[in-house]
Amino acid sequence: MMEEKLQKKRKARVAQADCVACGSCVKVCPKGAIKVYKGLYAQVDEGLCIGCGRCAAECPAAIIEIGEVTA
Amino acid sequence: MKKHWYDYLWIFSATYLILGFFNILFAWLGMLCFMLPLLIAIFGGSKMYCNLFCGRGQLFSLLGKKFKLSANRKPPVFLHKKWFRYGFLTFFMIMFGNMLWVTYLVGSGQRPLSQHVKLLWSIKLPWQWAYHGGVAPWVAQFSFGFYSVMLTSTVLGIITMALFRPRSWCVYCPMGTMTQLICQAKKPKVKK
Repeated sequence: MMEEKLQKKRKARVAQADCVACGSCVKVCPKGAIKVYKGLYAQVDEGLCIGCGRCAAECPAAIIEIGEVTA
Repeated sequence: MKKHWYDYLWIFSATYLILGFFNILFAWLGMLCFMLPLLIAIFGGSKMYCNLFCGRGQLFSLLGKKFKLSANRKPPVFLHKKWFRYGFLTFFMIMFGNMLWVTYLVGSGQRPLSQHVKLLWSIKLPWQWAYHGGVAPWVAQFSFGFYSVMLTSTVLGIITMALFRPRSWCVYCPMGTMTQLICQAKKPKVKK
């Protein structure tokens, strides 16, 4: 059980079609792992994201979710 | 996180609203909040204005987080849906066009100057104390009209800041929708 959990990593996931590209998430990310791509939508760098969930809590449209990714 | 000079632009937004109570002609300064995002989107292909510089977004963040005035609830889903955002932008532009039309009517002498601020496109507030003359009537009329736009959107933004998350206004902000549309139009190729 524990081992299985360790292999899974929590990452932020943006529903890009619904993103308004306001950049609220960028301002709260402690790792600089999220950027707004050309004024279109927010993009997560999964290598940097630690899945802390600050962006998800901040997103005014509530379209960022923290999901488990198997690494 | 390190603070930058542009993290203090909320002071500009707050000062702007206050100045309008003393001299309505300061309303013209609000053109910066219209022209800069558009210019950055058209020539830079980005929403850097929303992302970094928007003082209003910062003001809502400050009120919602520092002053804890936000309920921090998830907003209803329709708020970020395209039909609502484009619909609100359309409505906003029609009302803005109407304001420009009234400015034209006053400028051409077909209508007297109305020293009111119209809140939420319907509530006429007396505001004559903030006008001290000295400019052409249309210049003053535009000031009243433009300040009405700015005050109305601030009030809407404060309501959604309190009810939902601090920067809920950003989701349906007409400037934000417009700059995102410009960025979409500038996108090199469709990726999917």
